[in-house]
Parts: sequence; C-alpha cells; structure tokens
Amino acid sequence: MIRVRNLTVAYGAVKALSDVTFDAPTSAITAVLGANGAGKTTLLRTISGLKAPTSGTISSSDVELVGMKTEEIARLGIGHVPEGRGVIGEFTVEENLRLGALIAKVNVKEGLATQYERFPILGERRRQHADLLSGGERQILSMARALIATPTVLLLDEPSLGLAPLVTAQIMATIKELCATDNLTVVLVEQNASSALRIADHAIVLNVGHIVANDDATVVASDEKLRQYYLGLAG
Amino acid sequence: MDAFLTSRIMADVLGGVTNGVIYGLVALSLVLVWRSTGILNFAQGAMPMVAVYVGMIVFGHYFGYWICVVLAILVGFAIGAGTERVLVRPLYGKPEINPVVVMVGFLTVLEAIAAAIWSTTPRSFPTPFSPIDYRLGGKPFALSAFTIYEIVTALIVMAAVAALFRFTNLGLQLRASALSPEVSRLLGVRVNRMLTLGWTLSTGVGTITAILVSSNFFTGLTPQVMDGIFAYGFIAAAVGGLDSPVGSIIAGVVMGIILQFVGDYVNSNATILVALAILIVSLMARPSGLFTHARTRRV
Repeated sequence: MIRVRNLTVAYGAVKALSDVTFDAPTSAITAVLGANGAGKTTLLRTISGLKAPTSGTISSSDVELVGMKTEEIARLGIGHVPEGRGVIGEFTVEENLRLGALIAKVNVKEGLATQYERFPILGERRRQHADLLSGGERQILSMARALIATPTVLLLDEPSLGLAPLVTAQIMATIKELCATDNLTVVLVEQNASSALRIADHAIVLNVGHIVANDDATVVASDEKLRQYYLGLAG
Repeated sequence: MDAFLTSRIMADVLGGVTNGVIYGLVALSLVLVWRSTGILNFAQGAMPMVAVYVGMIVFGHYFGYWICVVLAILVGFAIGAGTERVLVRPLYGKPEINPVVVMVGFLTVLEAIAAAIWSTTPRSFPTPFSPIDYRLGGKPFALSAFTIYEIVTALIVMAAVAALFRFTNLGLQLRASALSPEVSRLLGVRVNRMLTLGWTLSTGVGTITAILVSSNFFTGLTPQVMDGIFAYGFIAAAVGGLDSPVGSIIAGVVMGIILQFVGDYVNSNATILVALAILIVSLMARPSGLFTHARTRRV
C-alpha cells in the first residue's frame, strides 16, 4: 500500500501539488487522472524520490519514503515505469531486463524466463537493441523490466502515450492481469481517462495540483461533471 | 625468414604495435570515463603521472618494483575516486564546457605541483625487464623483454576491461549509469557509486599506462611525460569512437603502426600532423567514431 498525506510539491514558486492526500491499496489499481500540468507525473516522481516534496509524507508498508534516495526506494520494491518508457536504447532487450533484475529477489535466469513466458515478443527480440523496438514493444519491455525486480508497488506513467488504441487495450489488459496475479499495488497515471477507468479500482482526479475527486473508479466514471470538466469525456 | 623478421618493415610494425597498445590504453581510459560519466577528461594523463611519482619514486625508496606498481595503481584509484567526488560531481548537469575547462585547469595544476615537488628532471626507476632488443642471426630484432612486457600488460588490461563491460553486472551498471542515470536510479542502481567507480577504474588503467611509458629508459618520468601520449590516445579514442572500448584500442594500434612508418620513412616531426589528418578525415566520414554503430529506430 502507498499512503500519501498532505503532500505539497513545488518547482520554485510554482506549486505542482497542493496538500494531496490519498491511499493506493494493495492488489488494486489506483488511477491518477487529470489534464496536462495537473501534477500527475510530479506525484509519481515524488513517490520515487526523484523530486523532493516541500511538505507531507509518503509511506509504503509503514516505511517513510520522503528523504530516501531513489535507488533505495526502488530497492524497497517500488517499481517505476517512467513516462516515455525509459528503456535504454543502446542496450539489448536482455540487457535492459538484466538491469532490472539486479535488485530482484529471484534468480536472474528464472526472472528472464518468467518475463519471456509472459511477454513472448521480448524473448523473440532478446538480442535486439531496444531502440529498434516499436512503441508498444518498448512499453512492454519497460513494464517487464520493472516486473523482473518482483516489486510490490508499480508506478506507471502514461503507459498508453503514443500507442494505437488496440495496443493500448492490450497494455491495459496486461496491467489488470498483473495486478491480480502478482498482488501488486498499481498507481496508474493516465491522460487516457476512459482506458484507465475501465481497469482501475480507485481513481483520483487532479486539477492544477489539487485533488478534485477521490473515489471508486466506477463512481468517478459515472460522475458527469468530472467527466466533462476534468477528464475531457463527453456524454 | 630471419631476414624478414629483422627487416626494417618488421621493425616498424613491431615498434608501431608497441606504441599503438600504449595509445590504445590511453584511449581506453578516456572511454572508461566517457562511458561512465559522459565527460572528456583532459587530465587523464596528468592524474596517473602523479600516481606514478608517488608509487614508483616515493615508495621506490622502500619497496621493490612490483610492490611499487601495486601501490602506484592504488594511488591512481584514490586520485580517480577523489577527483570524481570533489571536482567532477558538482559539474554533473552543468553545461558541457564546464568539465572541459575544469579538467584542463586540473591538468595544469597537477603538472605544476609535480614540477614543484619532483622537478622537471627526468626520473627513472629500474624495471625487471631488459630494454635491449633480442637478436636473430646476429641482427637486432625490434622486440625486447620490456616491449613484450608492455604488449602483454596492455592486452591483459584491455581484455579485463572488455570482460568487465560485456559479462558482468558491474559493467552493466556502469554503462547504464552513464547512458541513463535517472532510469538507472529507478532500477535501484547506486549511480553515484558507479560514477566514482568509472573514474577510479579509468585512473587505474591510466596509471598502468603511465608506468609503462615512464619505465622506458629513453623517456623517464617527468611531469609532462603523458602529454604527447595523451594527444595520440585522445585522437585514437575519437577515431575509434568514445563509446567503443574495442574501437578505441584498434584505432590506437593501427595509428601506432601508421605513425611508426611515417616517422621512419617521412619525418618524425610529421607524425602529429598525420595523426591530426587521420582524426579530421575519420570524423568527417563517421563523426561518432569508426566503431560506434549508428542505429535507426523503427517507428
């Protein structure tokens, strides 16, 4: 579980997040929705320790994360798939996965075998450089690289960015399946609100750094005002 | 057969290989820093020079050659690590010109300090290998026990570095830290340690190179002993590709052979001009280096 309390984050004088409080429960997907500049990516970067908050607390399994280094947060089992995939293009698919497996609690060979079984396309392309993969394949590699470390929390930043609707649907189905099979706490940041709400258990909606909704995904999905004004979903 | 082995051409090839592996080692030490931190270290010759003075001259009063070699390498490690922590780390994320200026300044400071402490008079230290060429059929053969020692040492260092990068998790983390520090941190890599380690290893390789260079009876150890070698090593690294350890080594060896022929058949003063011409032509043909693969991305 990720517990965020009264989190405020600023870039200079500009507040990116203001007094944000929410829980992301275990074995559930919490969607973080909102328009560009709402503070979604900043929220994930702050949880991962890439951005220091001005005030507030973030904890995972009662361990306080604020003040910890990013690499130590990762070693606690908090995987972060960054916006734009973050695969290392100069590395082969297998090297990317081996890098992810460095902090894994399982044997590297076993971890690779698990990911190749889960995502056969990665097995087929294991010796290929990552910058030769398509957008969808890079997204899959990025998720597999996070999963090979056997995380308990998975932070996903815009996994559907730039992908075709069919690929987006496949990625979302995979996230839903992973949450159930791997008992993951998933925090899913998405601009594609309809795709995210389809698989999410909970949803929070951010608007210019403030939480304007924090409820079950079905409740958020059926709230006309939220759909119209904050999620860009008509009708 | 003996006539060929003792011929002028063979002498140039062997002399070129001997010089070339030294250029290759300098290039490799530059590549190590570049690949782990993305910085061109212009003090890459001067930092090992100080380590050799401390290891081989200061400790040389008390210990034998091999213990001094180990101590010099350890001092080189310490200088590399200390430089990264104190001088280089504050420069990460700053404009690219900043580390260049700082490292050129550091080179000048180190050479001045070495000159003030040990003077500019060449120092020598005894090596366990004779520099006198072997003879075949009564004629000199352009190899001595010392040049074989140089070549074998260089090959061992090159193989060890290649194996580190290619087969170990440590090498994977070093490369990842240089290519994508933020992603590496998100994957639990202790990036700052990797950056320090990159500089440590690089200065260690540089120190081995400086020991070989200053062990040469005709060169000796001076504060500027690595300046000329650094220039050729730098050109080799740029020609081979700053991202390619193997490419920089091959470029160093090939350049060593070419320059040996130029020095023998044209004029020894022409070697630096030819080296610069090789640099210009190769950069015009392949700006990222001859051995760095340019890849296209499928979209």
